[in-house]
Amino acid sequence: MERTTLDLWVGMFVVAGIASLVFLAMKVGNLGTYNMSNTYELHAYFSNVGGLKPKASIKDAGVLVGRVVSINLDTNRYEADVVMHIDKRYQFPKDTFANILTSGLLGEQYIGLMPGGDTEMLKNGDRIKQTQSAMVLEDLISKFMFSKAAEPAATK
Amino acid sequence: MAFIKTIRGIGHRVINAVWRIGVAARFFFLTIIYSGNSFRRFNLIIKELFSSGVMSLIIIIVAGLFVGMVLGLQGYETLKRYGSESALGVMVALGLVRELGPVMAALLFASRAGSAMTAEIGLMKATEQISAMEMMAVNPIARIVAPRFWAGVISMPLLAALFSAVGIFGGYLVGVVQIGVDEGSFWSQMQAAVDFREDVLNGVIKSLVFGTVVTLIALFEGFDAPPTAEGVSGATTRTVVTSSLAILMLDFVLTAIMFRGA
Amino acid sequence: MPPSALVEIRDLNFTYDKRPVLQGINMTFPRGKLVAIMGLSGCGKTTLLRHVGGVLKPNKGYVKMDGQVMHELDQAGLYAMRRKMGMLFQFGALFTDMSVYDNVAFQMREHTNLPEDIIHSLVVMKLNAVGLRGAQNMMPSELSGGMARRVALARTVALDPMLIMYDEPFAGLDPISLTVIGDLIRRLNDALGATSIIVTHDIQESLKIVDYVYFMASGVIVAEGTPDELRANQTGFVRQFMHGEMDGPVPFHYPGADYRQDLNLRA
Repeated sequence: MERTTLDLWVGMFVVAGIASLVFLAMKVGNLGTYNMSNTYELHAYFSNVGGLKPKASIKDAGVLVGRVVSINLDTNRYEADVVMHIDKRYQFPKDTFANILTSGLLGEQYIGLMPGGDTEMLKNGDRIKQTQSAMVLEDLISKFMFSKAAEPAATK
Repeated sequence: MAFIKTIRGIGHRVINAVWRIGVAARFFFLTIIYSGNSFRRFNLIIKELFSSGVMSLIIIIVAGLFVGMVLGLQGYETLKRYGSESALGVMVALGLVRELGPVMAALLFASRAGSAMTAEIGLMKATEQISAMEMMAVNPIARIVAPRFWAGVISMPLLAALFSAVGIFGGYLVGVVQIGVDEGSFWSQMQAAVDFREDVLNGVIKSLVFGTVVTLIALFEGFDAPPTAEGVSGATTRTVVTSSLAILMLDFVLTAIMFRGA
Repeated sequence: MPPSALVEIRDLNFTYDKRPVLQGINMTFPRGKLVAIMGLSGCGKTTLLRHVGGVLKPNKGYVKMDGQVMHELDQAGLYAMRRKMGMLFQFGALFTDMSVYDNVAFQMREHTNLPEDIIHSLVVMKLNAVGLRGAQNMMPSELSGGMARRVALARTVALDPMLIMYDEPFAGLDPISLTVIGDLIRRLNDALGATSIIVTHDIQESLKIVDYVYFMASGVIVAEGTPDELRANQTGFVRQFMHGEMDGPVPFHYPGADYRQDLNLRA
């Protein structure tokens, strides 16, 4: 085969392959939506993270604003230390509330942020003070059972 | 006596297998050492990219499209039971990017390009072309094996990415265009669930490993083939069988390393 | 320059799988001469050629080419030595994925940094020498056996080697191609001032062109001499070989058990 035709075909093959890789990265994957360089870091202690995992999303009013980077146990307090990366475009007041929520009945867990009224904003490396832990099914059930057990005695 | 004979037979086979693995490892080592020439004269690799990459395009695209469409159909049927049809995009994309893309593309590559490589090199050996090259003071590993090796290693991730991309398009055709799953949730859920580093990049690493292994097996079998018609045909069969098994086993190992606990 | 030999083989012994293939071979290939090694199939001729090419290492003795012992060279030295050699394989061994032109240009591109237009001139000259200038764009699969052999010959002499080796150059050729190849071998040898070794069992064709002949049988030299001396030689083996007689020193029957015993006959 002619050299130039060969080069053309191979060139087309390589371009198509790279284009597919870019497509997978940007359109299928999250490289296009989530840019690690434009984030700031926030910390929060939770007494129980439940099924929260690194890379879980952080949402405010249902909008994705960041991701969980790491979850470690702080052995001084015996609480989970969650590190979050938040998109720089979104600023949150000092008294923001962090909640571990579940999407749908059996969906994956994420952190929901509820902004307070403080005029001062959280900066890189700050810690969110008010948090609410994940709801653990067993706890819910036992709470429900205890309240049921207590009920008849109270009405009698 | 028969018992001792069986034991001896097992020992003989094991020794043979280990010896062959040793020879193959040495072959791999030599291929890497003598690769310099292929990169100085990149047109050698380009020529092989044509025969291993471009010639595999049609089969990869057609197979990818159909695999994606089947995933779309089956995925929809399953997800519908749990009322989560909107997760169809996630299922198709994760299935392809993590597993089916690299594995299927590698299997197709082994039977399309790998067998061709083995047959070509085996025939070159049978017709004394390799000896002739050696007598011309040209190292056949540097001149014949290394360019084909690197062409295989370069082609494989590109083919796997093409397979996945075409497959996702196939899933889109069936799921969104034909069945009518919501287009927005198809793409947005996919994007939210597929992680670049965790899923896409790991898929690329998988296909790089498969490309290396399949090409190496194909080249080694060709180079090692007895120089007869029977020998070459046997080596070609062995290439397809060995590399298919190697792909599937390595896929398990890689998956266990990459995705465990994530 | 003294008329020293280009290739010397002294007391060469080679054993393959405990089976002696070559035993105490002594041969001398003077510069500028055409020497044939003849013998039956499987008598070790090709093995001998592989020793000259440095592919195999002898168990005892040595092959000395241009003053250097082949099996003592390292990889680089061996390759440097092989650049001075050309070898024509039995069926040409043309690279099937390249055109005739690229086949002949192969070594020039691998071993030299010559610009492409000089390579072009050289290739055309080599192809013209074997009469196949018009076939330069054909692929090896399109060539007849005789043409392929001629292209291979052009490729063998592409870098003007000092030593040219031919492994069965006449095998499977029609009478016209046979004469053409024989004539080319002689003329190329003289034109290049090279030394040639021809391994063959084609007596009539090779006796016409060579200067000296070694006869081999089962790993040893049984006779040697110039073509005229051999034609005059009427002793057993040479006579049987030269005239293609069925039985003689080389028996028709491969050694085996007693015939009657093999047939399970009771005497």
